[in-house]
Amino acid sequence: MSTIATPLPETSAAWKLPYRGKVGMAGLIIAESAIFTIFVVAYLFYAGKSLSGPTPSEVLETPIFYTICLLSSSLTIHFAGKFLERGRRGAFLLLWVLTVTLGALFLYGTGQEWHRLIYEHGLTISTNLFGTTYYSLVGLHAFHVTAGLIMLTIVLLFGLAGRVGPEQSARIDVLSLYWHFVDAVWVVVFTVVYVLGR
Amino acid sequence: MSSDAIAIQTAEAAGRPWVETLHEWVTTVDHKRLGVLYILYALFFLVIGGIEAFIIRIQLMRPHNDFVSPQVFNRMFTMHGTTMIFFVAMPILFGFANYLVPLMIGARDMAFPRLNAFSFWLTAFGGLLLYFSFLGGSGLYGAGNAPDVGWWAYAPLASRAFSPGHSSDYWTVALLVSGFGSIGTAINIIATIISMRCPGMTLNRMPLLAWMNMVMSGMVLLAISPLTAAQIMLLVDRYLGGHFFDTQAGGSATLWMHFFWIFGHPEVYVLIIPCFAFASEIIPVFSRKPIFGYPVMVGATVCIAFVSMSVWAHHMFTIGMSSYANSFFTITTMAVGVPTGIKIFNWLGTMWGGKIQFKTPMLFCIGFLFQFLIAGLTGIMLASSPFDWQLGGSYFVVAHFHYVIVGGILFALFGAFYYWYPKITGRMLHEGLGKLHFWLFVIGFHLTFDLMHIPGLLGMPRRIYTYEPGRGWDTLNFLVTVGAFIQGIATLVFVANLVISYFKGAKAGNDPWDAWTLEWSVSSPPPEYNFASIPAVASRRPLWDLKHPEDPDSHYE
Repeated sequence: MSTIATPLPETSAAWKLPYRGKVGMAGLIIAESAIFTIFVVAYLFYAGKSLSGPTPSEVLETPIFYTICLLSSSLTIHFAGKFLERGRRGAFLLLWVLTVTLGALFLYGTGQEWHRLIYEHGLTISTNLFGTTYYSLVGLHAFHVTAGLIMLTIVLLFGLAGRVGPEQSARIDVLSLYWHFVDAVWVVVFTVVYVLGR
Repeated sequence: MSSDAIAIQTAEAAGRPWVETLHEWVTTVDHKRLGVLYILYALFFLVIGGIEAFIIRIQLMRPHNDFVSPQVFNRMFTMHGTTMIFFVAMPILFGFANYLVPLMIGARDMAFPRLNAFSFWLTAFGGLLLYFSFLGGSGLYGAGNAPDVGWWAYAPLASRAFSPGHSSDYWTVALLVSGFGSIGTAINIIATIISMRCPGMTLNRMPLLAWMNMVMSGMVLLAISPLTAAQIMLLVDRYLGGHFFDTQAGGSATLWMHFFWIFGHPEVYVLIIPCFAFASEIIPVFSRKPIFGYPVMVGATVCIAFVSMSVWAHHMFTIGMSSYANSFFTITTMAVGVPTGIKIFNWLGTMWGGKIQFKTPMLFCIGFLFQFLIAGLTGIMLASSPFDWQLGGSYFVVAHFHYVIVGGILFALFGAFYYWYPKITGRMLHEGLGKLHFWLFVIGFHLTFDLMHIPGLLGMPRRIYTYEPGRGWDTLNFLVTVGAFIQGIATLVFVANLVISYFKGAKAGNDPWDAWTLEWSVSSPPPEYNFASIPAVASRRPLWDLKHPEDPDSHYE
C-alpha cells in the first residue's frame, strides 16, 4: 500500500505508550484546575470586602460530616477499581454503590446548606460579594460532583446489567481519576471557604 | 500502492449524490477532514474579519470621515478583534495541528476522533453565535446589534447597566462555547502526541511541529480556562445579579482585567508557537539542512510557554499598579525575549551555509523571521513600563500587535499553506501567483503597519472613530489604508491561487519538496487510514534515512 519508512522494524517490540484515556483525563484536570484557580482567587480577593451582610463568619457552618462522606468516596472508588481489576465484580459493585451513595449524600449536604442560607439568612448570589463568590465557587464544585455522579450512575447501571468486567478496568480508572480530582478540589474549596474565608 | 486506494475512493465519490458527500463531511471524525473543515471555516471568517478591518480603515482614512457612525465603529473593532483571534487564528492553527500531527507522528488518527469532531462543531457554533448577534443582539424583535465592548470587554462596560440588550451575552457565550472546543482539541492533541506515536518516535525524535503543538496545547489548557472562568463570572453578573465586577457593590474592574489578560497574553503565544512550528519545518527543508539546535529549540519553546504565563499584567501598566508589580512584569516580559531570540538564532543557524531555495513557502518564512523580530523589538519597547505609560493607549500598540499577528503569525501561516497545500489537495499551488501574493503582501504589510507606528508616537489614541485634521496624522492614516487595500488584493490573489490550483495545479506526488518528515511518505492527499502499516522510525528525519540508506541520520543521533 502506501510507501512506508521502515528502516528499523525491530524497535516495535518494546514500544509502549501511556493509555490515552488517562492522558486525556489528565489534560482535562489541568484545564479544570485552572478554572477553579480563578474562582478561588476571586473568592480570596473578595473575602471580607462585601459592603453589606451577611458575612461568612455569621452564617457558615463547617460541613464536617458531608466532607467526610465525599473524601471517603475516594477510597471506595479506588478499591472498587482494584476489585474490578482482579475480576471480583460483586465487591466492585458493592463499593461502587457506596461511592454513588456517598457522593449523593454530599450533594444533599450542599443542598441543605444552600437551603438554610437562602431561607434562614437571606443570602443569595446577588446579596453581596460573599454570596456571589460563595455560590459560584461551591456551585461550580457541586456541578462537577453532579457530572461525576451522572457518570458513576451510568457505570453502575452497566454494572448491574453485568456489562462491566476487568476488561473495562482502564476506563474505570479514568473515571475514578476524575472523581479523585473532584474530591481534591473540595479539599481546596473547604480550606478556602470554611477555614481561611471565615 | 496507495494510488490504487485513492482511485477507488474517487470512483465511488463520483457516483454519489452531493447530499451523501455533505453528510460524510458533517459526520466525519477523520482528523484530516476535520482539519480541512477547521481551515475552511477559519478562511471564511478571515474574509469577514477582513471586511471589518476595511470598514475601520476606510473610516480612519481621512479626518472627520463619516463612513460609519461611532456606534458601528465600536462594533466593528470589537467584532474584528474577536473574530480574528477566536474564529480565524485559533481554528486555522488547530486545523493544521489536526491535519499534520497524526501524520507526522505516524498515527492513523487523533487519540479521540469523536471529541475532535465535537470540538470543531463547538467552535463552529461559537462563531455562528457571535454573528447571530447582528440579528438577535437587542432581542429578536427590532434591529439587533453586534457587541461593542471591545474584544477585552472591560468591566464595568460589559455590565448590564452599560451594555443593555444581549449583544455582550452573545460575545460571552460565543467565547465560552468556542473555548470549550479549544480545550477539547488541546486535550486531544496532547493525548495524541503522548499516546499515539509510532514505534521509534521517541520525544527526542519527534518533529518540532509536534513538539510545539504539544506545548501550545498545554498553554491552551492553562490560558483558555481562566477566560472560561471569567466568562462564567460575567454571565453570573449579567444574568444572576452577581457582583464580581460590579464596583458599586465592592467588586473590582481590575480583577476582570487580570483574568482577561491571564488568558490574553498567553494567547499570543498560543498563536505564535504553532507558527514557530511551521517555520521550524519549512526552513530546514528549503535550506537543505537539518534544523540547527533541535534540543535547544524544544527547550526554548517550553521556556517561552513557562515565562509567558507570568507576563500578563504588562497589558495593564497604564491602570496604575504598584511599582513592584510594574518592575516584575517589565522584567518577565523582557525575559521572554531571550528564548525567542534563541529561536530566531536557530532558524538563522539553519539557513547559514544551506543551499537555500527561494520557493514561496520559504519566502513567507523569511518574511516571518524578519517581521517577527521587529515586532519583538517594539514589544521590548512597550515592556518598559514608563514607555508604556506614554504609549499604552496609542496607535503604537495597535501597530505592535498587528506586526506580531500579521507580520509573524499570518506570514508563517501563508508559508504553511504553500508548503502543505500539495499534501492536502494533491496539487501544487501556482508558484508565480504565490510570489505575486508574497510581494504584494509584503509591500502592503509594511506600508500599513510600519507607518501605523508613527501616528501612535505622534499621540493618536486607539479606539477613536475619527480625528481632527492638521495633527500630522492625516497622510499617514491615508497611506495605512492604502496599504490595507494592497494586502486585500494580495489576499485575493491567494484565494484565487487556492481555487485555481485546486483544479488546475500541477500534480504534487507524495513528496514534492524532497522533505524528511513522515507526512510526505504517504500519497497526496493521504488515504483515509494514513498509513497502511504503521511505520517505525529511527531518527528525526525518517525519510532522509529512507532515501539515503548509505548515510542515515540514525548513525549520528
